[in-house]
Amino acid sequence: MARNLLVMLGLLAGCYGFNFVMAEFIEVVYVDYINLCGLAIILAVGLNVINGLAGQFSLGHAGFMSVGAFAGAYASIMLTYGVIESGPLSFVSMGSFLLCLALSGLSAAAVGALVGAPTLRLKGDYLAIATLGFAEITRIVLTAQDAIGGPTGLKRIPKMPLLPGSEKWDGGTSTFWIYAFVCLVILLSVNLQRSTFGRALICVRENELAAETMGVRASRMKIMAFVYGAFFAGIAGCLYAHYQHSVRPDDFTTVRSIEVVVMLVLGGLGSLTGAVVGAVIVTLLPQFLRPLEESLGLSGLSMVVYAALLLLMMLFRPQGIFGQRELSLKLLRRLVPGGGKESRP
Amino acid sequence: MDFTQLLQNMTNGVAKGSCYALVAVGYTMVYGVLQLINFAHSDVYMLGAYFAYWPAKWMGYLPDEKGGRAQDVPLALVGLFVVGSMAACAAVGALIERAAYRPLRHSGRLAPLITAIGVSLLLEYGGQMVFGTEPRLFPTFVEAQSYDVAGVKFANTSIIIVVTAAVLMGALTLFVNHTRQGRALRAVSHSFNNARLMGINVNATITMTFMLGSSLAAVGGILVAMDQPTITPLMGLRMGLKAFVAAVLGGIGSIPGAALGGLLLGVSESVVAYWSTTYSEAVAFLILIGVLLVRPAGILGSSAREKV
Repeated sequence: MARNLLVMLGLLAGCYGFNFVMAEFIEVVYVDYINLCGLAIILAVGLNVINGLAGQFSLGHAGFMSVGAFAGAYASIMLTYGVIESGPLSFVSMGSFLLCLALSGLSAAAVGALVGAPTLRLKGDYLAIATLGFAEITRIVLTAQDAIGGPTGLKRIPKMPLLPGSEKWDGGTSTFWIYAFVCLVILLSVNLQRSTFGRALICVRENELAAETMGVRASRMKIMAFVYGAFFAGIAGCLYAHYQHSVRPDDFTTVRSIEVVVMLVLGGLGSLTGAVVGAVIVTLLPQFLRPLEESLGLSGLSMVVYAALLLLMMLFRPQGIFGQRELSLKLLRRLVPGGGKESRP
Repeated sequence: MDFTQLLQNMTNGVAKGSCYALVAVGYTMVYGVLQLINFAHSDVYMLGAYFAYWPAKWMGYLPDEKGGRAQDVPLALVGLFVVGSMAACAAVGALIERAAYRPLRHSGRLAPLITAIGVSLLLEYGGQMVFGTEPRLFPTFVEAQSYDVAGVKFANTSIIIVVTAAVLMGALTLFVNHTRQGRALRAVSHSFNNARLMGINVNATITMTFMLGSSLAAVGGILVAMDQPTITPLMGLRMGLKAFVAAVLGGIGSIPGAALGGLLLGVSESVVAYWSTTYSEAVAFLILIGVLLVRPAGILGSSAREKV
């Protein structure tokens, strides 16, 4: 525990430094890419616990994200300006921001529990369709709420709070906040995979009946997985809303849920490293394809490339880039010729 | 409460539901045989509309840029376009099965599901690349008319939709229940291995299933396009989800179930639309979750317990 806290503090300091290096030396476009990658990583690592570890194929991650985004954005606007109307953007205070993050994480987690509980009885493709249905219902319900702007959503969401020493920079502190949560979710998930809970989830994935026989409470584990994944999706939603300064219900369509699944499948379902790598690839790919798309006048090219990648992956390497392996010193040692001393059992 | 309006909504719902049913049949047959949600099915439906659109465009039955009026397509040509589109979609369906699903037939259930999502994305956005993103006006296959019965309007397109759907579903039921190939289909959906032991060519039967489902989806696409009357490459997205819900509601694997589910869904959506059009979009998903919780086998389906 103490060790983890220390690691997290170190990582936070790293993120703090990273933020200013980026704001100072890197072009704004690339800063944007890096921030988007961070958001995608939070989503993918969270979903990996549901889809990868627990083996519950959920296709509704955008739904959880939207709940967090709207809860956090609404709270933030109310705490900062007190009313929803147009005006110049200002910074949300640190305390309010942390409150908003907690609120969005918890509200999404509550929805996760709500979704997890009834859909537990479903397996495989039925579960996929049911979660997809839940996400769509969420989107439709959000669209119908006039208090949060209806179909046009919320605008003028404040900027993420300043940090000590960041006042003189113009670049904002989004990178710090996003990557702080990237570090948190990765650290937690690494620990989770090695914990009793993580092993119980894997157990449920491999054989639910056998897991039950061994005393693993499968239903409870599955709900916990949904709560965990949804919590971080909510956080990612809140960060996304503050980063973009506006959210619409249509930002969270089925396509976005599928995008997160593609990240996992590409990297390897069940591998944390895979989730991170997949998130980065899927986020950067369309950015680099965009110039090509525009010069050829072919809209939809990046989605076609996604789809093709997904198909080729399934046909030729269904386990994804990493399979269920993780990037570790052991794996690196094996990759170096002659370095792999230990033989696999 | 305005009963005439409500009745009007319900009649529209029957037409909408017939289209759902036509597409749902494809989902239900494939699921019955392969236990796979063929996400790409709704995009075959979209292709069906485009395959009828292009020949009509090439032959000059669409308004040109100068704003000339669209011409009506002669009935014989309409028939030709519909049959052509059905054949083309059947080919696409068979191709999808052969290229994407068959190699993964023995690798669990997740891999084909993800592949299906991939094929669906490929067709949707590939469609955007090839056909363009903008909605296109569909040629006039029949002159729009409507008949007034006690204040309720019956559009002739709605009547054509319902009759066509009923005829096709009837024909399909006859085919499945009273022909050799139909019997093979039922055998394969009952048990893969036993069917093979009985000398049934399983692969050919599965290909046939995809072709049948795809050609019905093509008709569905054309009917909806006639009614709308615009088409876009993403028109399959919403239809696909709803048709799948219809299939689950009626009982997946059951052809009469698909018809029943489609009609029920269409009518209930239209009834809810009487109060709120926004929430009528959510009806399908509420029904879906309700059915999955209360009776996962659907209205006409039979449930099988998993054995240890």
